[in-house]
Amino acid sequence: MANTTGEIRFLLGDEERALSGVPPTLTILQYLRRHERLTGTKEGCAEGDCGACTVMLAEPDGAGGLRRWSVNACIQFVPSLHGRQLTTVEHLAAPDGALNPVQQAMVDHHGSQCGFCTPGFVMQLETGRMTGEMAETGLIDWLAGNLCRCTGYGPIIAAGRQVMAEAGNNDADADRAVAERLKGLAGKSTLALAHDGQAWFAPRDEDQLAAIYAEHPDAVLVAGATDVGLWVTKQHRRLDTLIDVTRVAELHELRDDGTVLNIGAAVSHRAATAALANLHGDLAELLRRFASIQIRNSGTVGGNIANGSPIGDLPPALIALDARLHLRKGDARRDMALEDFFIDYGKQDRAPGEFVTRVEVPHLPADAQFGCYKLSKRFDQDISAVMAAFRVTVGDGVARDARIAFGGMAATPKRAAEAEAALTGKPWTEATVEAACAALDRDYAPITDMRASAAYRATVAAGLLRRFYLERTGAGLARLGEVEAAHG
Amino acid sequence: MDKPAERIDGGVHYPRRHDSAEKHVSGRAIYLDDMPDLPGMLHCFIGLSPHAHGRVKSIDTGAAMAAPGVACVLTAADVPGVNDASPINGDDPVFADGVVHYAGQSVFAVAADSLEQARAAAGLVRVEYDPLPAIVTVDDALAADADLLPPHEMCLGEPETAIETSANQIDGTLFVGGQDHFYLEGQAAQAVRGEDDDMMVWSSTQHPTEVQHNVARLLGIADHSVTCEVRRMGGAFGGKESQAALIAAIPALAAWITGRPAKLCLDRDDDMLLTGKRHDFRIDYRVGFDDTGRIQGIIFDQAARCGYSADLSSSIADRAMFHADNAYSLKNARIRSRRMKTNTVSNTAFRGFGGPQGMLAIEHVMDRIAFAVGRDPLDVRRDNLYGAENGLTTPYHMDVVDNVAPELIEALEASSDYRARRSAVETFNAENAVLKKGIALTPVKFGISFTTTHLNQAGALVHVYKDGSVHLNHGGTEMGQGLFIKVAQVVAEEFQIEIGKVKITATTTAQVPNTSPTAASSGSDLNGMAARNAARAIRQRLIAYASETYKVPEDQVLFLPNRVRIGNEEKSFAELVNDAYHARISLSSTGFYRTPDIDYDREKARGTPFFYFAYGAACTEVVIDTLTGEYRVLRVDILHDTGKSLNQAIDLGQIEGGYIQGLGWLTTEELVWDDEGRLRTHAPSTYKIPTAGDRPDMRIEIWDKGENRSDTIYRSKAVGEPPLMLAISAFSALTQAVIAAGGGRAFPDLHAPATPERVLMAADSLSAESGAKSV
Repeated sequence: MANTTGEIRFLLGDEERALSGVPPTLTILQYLRRHERLTGTKEGCAEGDCGACTVMLAEPDGAGGLRRWSVNACIQFVPSLHGRQLTTVEHLAAPDGALNPVQQAMVDHHGSQCGFCTPGFVMQLETGRMTGEMAETGLIDWLAGNLCRCTGYGPIIAAGRQVMAEAGNNDADADRAVAERLKGLAGKSTLALAHDGQAWFAPRDEDQLAAIYAEHPDAVLVAGATDVGLWVTKQHRRLDTLIDVTRVAELHELRDDGTVLNIGAAVSHRAATAALANLHGDLAELLRRFASIQIRNSGTVGGNIANGSPIGDLPPALIALDARLHLRKGDARRDMALEDFFIDYGKQDRAPGEFVTRVEVPHLPADAQFGCYKLSKRFDQDISAVMAAFRVTVGDGVARDARIAFGGMAATPKRAAEAEAALTGKPWTEATVEAACAALDRDYAPITDMRASAAYRATVAAGLLRRFYLERTGAGLARLGEVEAAHG
Repeated sequence: MDKPAERIDGGVHYPRRHDSAEKHVSGRAIYLDDMPDLPGMLHCFIGLSPHAHGRVKSIDTGAAMAAPGVACVLTAADVPGVNDASPINGDDPVFADGVVHYAGQSVFAVAADSLEQARAAAGLVRVEYDPLPAIVTVDDALAADADLLPPHEMCLGEPETAIETSANQIDGTLFVGGQDHFYLEGQAAQAVRGEDDDMMVWSSTQHPTEVQHNVARLLGIADHSVTCEVRRMGGAFGGKESQAALIAAIPALAAWITGRPAKLCLDRDDDMLLTGKRHDFRIDYRVGFDDTGRIQGIIFDQAARCGYSADLSSSIADRAMFHADNAYSLKNARIRSRRMKTNTVSNTAFRGFGGPQGMLAIEHVMDRIAFAVGRDPLDVRRDNLYGAENGLTTPYHMDVVDNVAPELIEALEASSDYRARRSAVETFNAENAVLKKGIALTPVKFGISFTTTHLNQAGALVHVYKDGSVHLNHGGTEMGQGLFIKVAQVVAEEFQIEIGKVKITATTTAQVPNTSPTAASSGSDLNGMAARNAARAIRQRLIAYASETYKVPEDQVLFLPNRVRIGNEEKSFAELVNDAYHARISLSSTGFYRTPDIDYDREKARGTPFFYFAYGAACTEVVIDTLTGEYRVLRVDILHDTGKSLNQAIDLGQIEGGYIQGLGWLTTEELVWDDEGRLRTHAPSTYKIPTAGDRPDMRIEIWDKGENRSDTIYRSKAVGEPPLMLAISAFSALTQAVIAAGGGRAFPDLHAPATPERVLMAADSLSAESGAKSV
């Protein structure tokens, strides 16, 4: 490959680093703690679920400034630093030790007790302060990916409110200077690393990706590393060849022509949120509860589909929306109905060397009603016990068409053919819905695991269909979140 | 005269921030795994049993020994002293010896140049097992009569007669789930072998003395050869009390055998698989009560899942018995307790130490009685409180002389607007078919003191240097609860010096010996008093010196802010100290404290196990979705008695954090074992502690009338554990909402934790009974 570099070049705070001779699956957390002896960033779980390792990344935003986001350093691999700035809790205070506004707010409001989760909260709040995005997502959502076992969160929320009330980042000149340095560091070269039998490729366009993957069809494709990262940190697997798809420009395309939304496979959940919310408000709430901000910053729409999990949250919603999946292998391209991609547990319709390029999501037809529901033991940032999505087109009081898909009910995200049939062509009434609820028992034979029992899954699958009906008819049924919001 | 406003910065009764706050927010606070690797450091990795019960046929370490970087593979055969890390009973082998008793038990360990090498080599150790039948649940254990420890019983009056002669009787069963501590910092320890037989151990522990003594026994050396130090923990909650000993034993043994420094830091999964948790309980009850809901007599049969070994289960199960009454006069009570042996991890101390489980059962009974007699549960609770009418005698024959629960409840009932909100909840429920609300107000009365009486002692060591700065050390450990700042405030107050002059130092067995664990909410009560006694000893010497030197009576030597008045003269504290040094006055003192007035005869289950009680009350409102079982906790009002708080900011943090931790225990924190006895929830992906999104609208007040009748440190009250049990109000509120979901026709079969699944299933079973389930 022409013009490649074997060095991961980035800024650690203000200092340039050119990293080589390290395993490409070295995590950012391990790198910080062992190689740099920066031990402020903590390991709480090594799976991206507690937020103690939160750090801030920045890259040129294409408009002369910087785009910043937070990630879980425990599951991100060091090549993801290439061309970026990494900021940790050690970089915030002034050289004389004076605390930055986030740190000061945390101290003022007694936001730390044992202090172990604190660096993660500080970095998540700092990312919010620098981006101003906390106001968009809401402070609670912003913080829901950081676990604290001591404080009960009140003092941290108070600190966050103080940070939001103060001025954020307004040093555009400094951002411009960093952006220029980062462009110089990364250059136009393609990252290709080899260390001790491990290889990492980070192609920059789709043709490069297709060529490399064809050459290494057994390679692991890695995007946000929110799943693959755990293969390394939890399962301790050695991955020999990895191809990073997040640097492929085409895979970041996000286009909505008014009838169809196209989401490139490497578009992060955060980046896709507004476009999906534009299709239906439930999708915004689904993405909010999908995972933490840090995970949504890293995890991709393509990854959530391609890894084939039966409890991925997006596939049921996208299947109900009648989405089509686009794939490419070499120069050959094909597409399929999304539900056809999922063959069985751990098995998808994807050939060696073939990769997902985008998912195509049609806008809701006129007269279509849509709802999607995530059900989990904990309200925020939990893996679904059951994920339900419904699209029912009603005309003259009759359900003309029904698309129902569930996650957590079978070995794959799966449509409910029997329930759909029970609705289609029938009057859109309680009686019809009850018949469809009964039909769900024929569609699914869910399992019992640590998240839910089979009986509960079966019961709530019907409960969610009832809820969908009740919400969309008559005076409408409120959701818990609405009651909570109304309460204050 | 002094200006009235003049005071030192950081004395007592002042909301001083945590001493490490600036270090926490800048990443400069050093936790165990943040200490720099010493040259030649070995990293340890433990091999865990995959079986809940089985005979170890053979262990082949050959391939692991030959693996790159491996220094040693440790098994039971390598222990030079006693292969045990238990706190009391000698039944917690560091490495399984012949038999494994739970899935996750330590079988062997590898020490290597890197953690990756140690982990990889551990995968090469071949252990052959003969699996044996496993007892997993408390019901399994009851069926098999698998008692780990002797049963225990308390009795007051004649409960059987009282129940049977009551107008009403109810019996039932409540299952109360366990809880993982989920301290954010996993357990960790590091050991360095010194000259002679010396062993220096750094441990993330609440009980450095026990780590010291266990390591000494393990290595077959004297206690004086081992020093254990801990500066801070990243959370502990009871989980690093007895459980830390095994974690320290392994690097100590590796360092002993190889002569190289060694470290062990558990990752989250291993931590959750290997270390003990809150006990889950089955509690059966039979209660008799009159037509207004007043209890006449009650019998509790508590059965605790202890796991495979005793650990602290005897005291924990005792404390569940001590709190079977909560704030209520049971009049005639029999409380029986069985401590069941299962092939699961040995359960251990966790904030509340059995108290929460005992308390949840009586609050559940209150809700049931209220339902049975058709009254507001708050009225039934109030009618059953200790007081003039019902009497003050507990089932262990101690009188509740500091009974402030009635006053607290009355104040909270008003400030939370309970009555109007309960009526609004009823209106909401009448208007909504699918969503149902519930509200409940419950009290907490929690006994303060170790019920193992000898543990109620503490030591401190205070040095004053010539420049007037002070070195403070005591036996208490800092796990985030703010103990160090509170004790420093006490010393600053005694000397009337700025708190910045008081140096907070790491807990070490070399400075203060034979300490009790930092547990039972006793940290500031015990260590604050010990430090005060040390400071007062030095102060008295300074007074005597000044009195003699300046020829003034001792009562004319006054410690004022940052200075000392001697007759009509004033000197800075530093000047006086420097003068005293030159006059050869000792400026160092130990301090010792033991809690007075406690005396408990466990054989007779009678006496005064507690120095005093801590109180609080909480009112929680919830809303549930009867189609899914999901719910939100909407609002909680808390009124809590901290006595005269040493530090209101720290205490508020304990109250709020305790409530949320208790809320997690009773709602989303579900430990799931499979039929083979393997824990399936051993990481945050599957074990769900509350997030910021689960925090309700919280309105917390420290009770302004609070003052400790007992002579505690500046009349403050312990605050570490009691607030956890305020969350019982949330469980009661969920119970009320589920009752509403069933149309008020029956009392639900709802157990803890009340996960969405349990809420839905409880609601559905009520609806099924009344045949009313459809859109």
